Amino acid sequence: MAQRGTTRNGVADKIPASDLPQPVKIQQVRYTKIFINNEWHTSASGRTFPTRNPATGDTICEVQEADKEDVDKAVAAAKAAMQLDSAWRKMEPPRRGRLLHKLADLVERDRKLLATLETLDTGKPFLQAFFTDLEGSIKTLHYYGGWADKIHGKSVPVDETYLCLTRHEPIGICGAIIPWNFPLLMLMWKLAPALSCGNTVVIKPAEQTPLTALHIGSLIKEAGFPPGVVNIIPGFGSTAGAAIASHEGIDKVAFTGSTEVGQLIKEAAAKSNLKRVTLELGGKNPCIVFADCDLQMAVEEIQKGAFYNQGQCCTAASRVFVQDRIYEEFVRRSIENAKKIVIGDPLDPQTTHGPQIDQQQFEKIIGLIESGKKEGAKLEYGGGAVGEKSLFIHPTIFSEVKDSMRIAKEEIFGPVLCIFSFKSKQEVIERANNSQYGLVSAVFTTSMDRALSVSGALETGTVWINCYNAMHVQTPFGGYKMSGNGRELGEYALAEYSEVKTVTFKMNDSM
Amino acid sequence: FPTINPSTGEIICQVAEADKADVDKAVKAACNAFRLGSPWRRMDASDRGRLLYKLADAIERDSAYLAELETLDNGKPYVIAYLADLPLVVKCLRYYAGWADKWEGKTIPVDGDYFTYTRHEPVGVCGQIIPWNFPLVMQAWKLGPALATGNTVVMKVAEQTPLTALYVASLIKEVGFPEGVVNILPGMGPTAGAAIANHMDVDKVAFTGSTEVGHLIQKAAGSSNLKKVTLELGGKSPNIILSDANLENAVEQSHIGLFFNQGQCCCAGSRVFVQSDVYDEFVERSVARAERRVVGDPFDFKTEQGPQVDQEQFNKILGYISSGKREGAKLMCGGGVAADRGYFIQPTVFGDVQDSMIIAREEIFGPVMQIFKFKTLEEVITRANDTKYGLAASVFTTDIDKANFVSSGLRAGTVWINCYNVFASQAPFGGYKASGNGRELGEYGLEAYTEVKTVTVKVPQKTS
Repeated sequence: MAQRGTTRNGVADKIPASDLPQPVKIQQVRYTKIFINNEWHTSASGRTFPTRNPATGDTICEVQEADKEDVDKAVAAAKAAMQLDSAWRKMEPPRRGRLLHKLADLVERDRKLLATLETLDTGKPFLQAFFTDLEGSIKTLHYYGGWADKIHGKSVPVDETYLCLTRHEPIGICGAIIPWNFPLLMLMWKLAPALSCGNTVVIKPAEQTPLTALHIGSLIKEAGFPPGVVNIIPGFGSTAGAAIASHEGIDKVAFTGSTEVGQLIKEAAAKSNLKRVTLELGGKNPCIVFADCDLQMAVEEIQKGAFYNQGQCCTAASRVFVQDRIYEEFVRRSIENAKKIVIGDPLDPQTTHGPQIDQQQFEKIIGLIESGKKEGAKLEYGGGAVGEKSLFIHPTIFSEVKDSMRIAKEEIFGPVLCIFSFKSKQEVIERANNSQYGLVSAVFTTSMDRALSVSGALETGTVWINCYNAMHVQTPFGGYKMSGNGRELGEYALAEYSEVKTVTFKMNDSM
Repeated sequence: FPTINPSTGEIICQVAEADKADVDKAVKAACNAFRLGSPWRRMDASDRGRLLYKLADAIERDSAYLAELETLDNGKPYVIAYLADLPLVVKCLRYYAGWADKWEGKTIPVDGDYFTYTRHEPVGVCGQIIPWNFPLVMQAWKLGPALATGNTVVMKVAEQTPLTALYVASLIKEVGFPEGVVNILPGMGPTAGAAIANHMDVDKVAFTGSTEVGHLIQKAAGSSNLKKVTLELGGKSPNIILSDANLENAVEQSHIGLFFNQGQCCCAGSRVFVQSDVYDEFVERSVARAERRVVGDPFDFKTEQGPQVDQEQFNKILGYISSGKREGAKLMCGGGVAADRGYFIQPTVFGDVQDSMIIAREEIFGPVMQIFKFKTLEEVITRANDTKYGLAASVFTTDIDKANFVSSGLRAGTVWINCYNVFASQAPFGGYKASGNGRELGEYGLEAYTEVKTVTVKVPQKTS
């Protein structure tokens, strides 16, 4: 059973080093094909693509590369599984819930293996994968397993002699396009509510990180989901992903990734069959640190926010506004705190900072760091790559950042902490809201008044008060403005995976 | 005190008898488990759910044993205990396990510079007094919502059937509920039960049993500390058969609706109103079905009906059968004792029953079916509602308008259409009028175990 306890950088407190879980030795990756109808298929084109370990540059294995034709096959399977007389459509809701609980148990059984695969594929430290990604995945499945038989419609009192009821039905076939930063967890955020509501799914994991998703395919079969309910299609965004977004047979698409691609997805959905769209996109998340805060706690939480997962979080704390009175001290303590970060082999339990995901991201981040230097921000710590030929980037701290700089406006998606100073509450709220994004924000203060009024004023889907990255499966998560549409997690996610039907019976007036 | 096997009249074993002093001990433990900062109060809601889930798994694991014990203590056929009672228990606990971290309060836009939200908090120490007709199922219906919402429990089990609930207590410990969260006391109503209903430190009492005792519980709650009360009491549920009904289905469902569990259901369809056009055929078929009902050793897989639960019930039912004969109802089959040993009664059907007869008005709680004739819909709704009870009802018809009209007009907490005794953890169950207060099961079942706290914070300036 999950233990209560805080996790810092994904490592559970108070566990002696000797009791920490160990990564598994993987001789060969078992699941590298396309998963359709509970079976493993090779790609229609015959093509495969390599998936690499960003810590070493080595190719882990080749994976079957799905394209439009494979997507068509998957959609056909998902459609068949959604027919009125299918096992899935006829399945009692509590039994759907049981399957999700069973899947959670299987993920728990294979927790070390999945955490190892995730680390090899993403470069994130193994203990973080084990204690955060896997924990979150298991909890998400259990949470939505509990909702399956509690999806209520209503009976509604209307004028005249009618009996009116609403049914909350599944939407149908849901496409899900998953990013590479939290591959397994992001998969569960989509899979769990979709299945809880009775949909079937066609999932495209990121081309950088397909392995844990494919292993889940084997567990879906083992848990006993009927064939065609879950289909997993590894491939590229511009081919398989685009095929999903514009498919006439898919009723809804959920995408997590960049704002840029989110716009393409929404356009494709509109141009094809007006499929329902939910998007979880980028952020340029403001943290506001007031002079009356617990300073050390603010420094530590914000650093977690900026550097966690090598800065590759849509929730990254990427604009830190510090009140002028405590600005110097904040910067000084941030530098000190950053020295605690351990860069190394992600499989090593000491490591808290791994490589960036791939060359493309690496170059983008380095480019933005250089722009920071060029545009006059003050480099306080780090500032470049680690070593000559690797994807590791030093945790980097810039101070005296101006709102107009590129590093102040663009999503970096790397381990770069940008610190700004501010004077007044009014000013900082305006500056914080001055962004096309609106995903998360954080406020550090001991004043209850300030916490409540500032949190009310910030245009973000989540506001953290005196904490950061406090995610819970029970609470909704999503973006204002161009950070996305719709909400994931919590009860709210159910609305995104349901279609409401009103049924109106005319009753006999004379009775 | 002894607990007796109703199939044989023999003592199964002796059970410790709890009285007021034991109740005091239990309440103290439950209060302690509920104190601010306790492991139970600090536990994540999702972890409360995980514990309930584990309890369900443990019960499922031990289903065969529990079903045997239930049959030994209660007399219900083993096949039914195993295939009906136990799955209902497991499903109910799993259902409520899922609610633990989903029972949400609200944030509310109020006038003025305030930030207002509600918390759904547990009520506190909940006394739960459960009956003997479905010992395990009734235990699950009470534990599920109480524990999902974070309360602690002091439960008195029926003196006729304490054994299965006590075994479940060992599973509660096994799966890891903190000490004092669940306390289970075998004992008598007038002593242990009354002690709970009157206790100044019990915040809420839930009782399932007779309407007569329900009155006592509510009085005790009122005269002690005004503890919150929910009651699931008796019924005299009307089962209405219209002339366009699928008669074969109606006969079978009506049979089960009355005779299930030896007639010992609060929601038994004990007044069968049949529209005049189909009355004769319905009666003939019902009698044939009742005569075919297999009464015998509950451990025999062929048995449909076991013994009544004890001597007292046995005598009471035979008394009602006598009154039926005396008042002129037409005895169509059965009407007497079914075996030399144990408390077995023949499946009994009375026809041509008049609304004024004792068997038409009082809850028999035995295998005795009353069949009445009616002409029109309005008439039958009036007669069906003419009772102090209002637990359940049913309508058999193929006409959608008639189904709507009748089901809307009946004053009953559950209306079954073309079926009977359909129980789902997801759907609320409870009584109108003297059949009870409040609802069990479903999301509604959480309300009785919740105190809503409104928290209003002054803010310097609010934003919509």
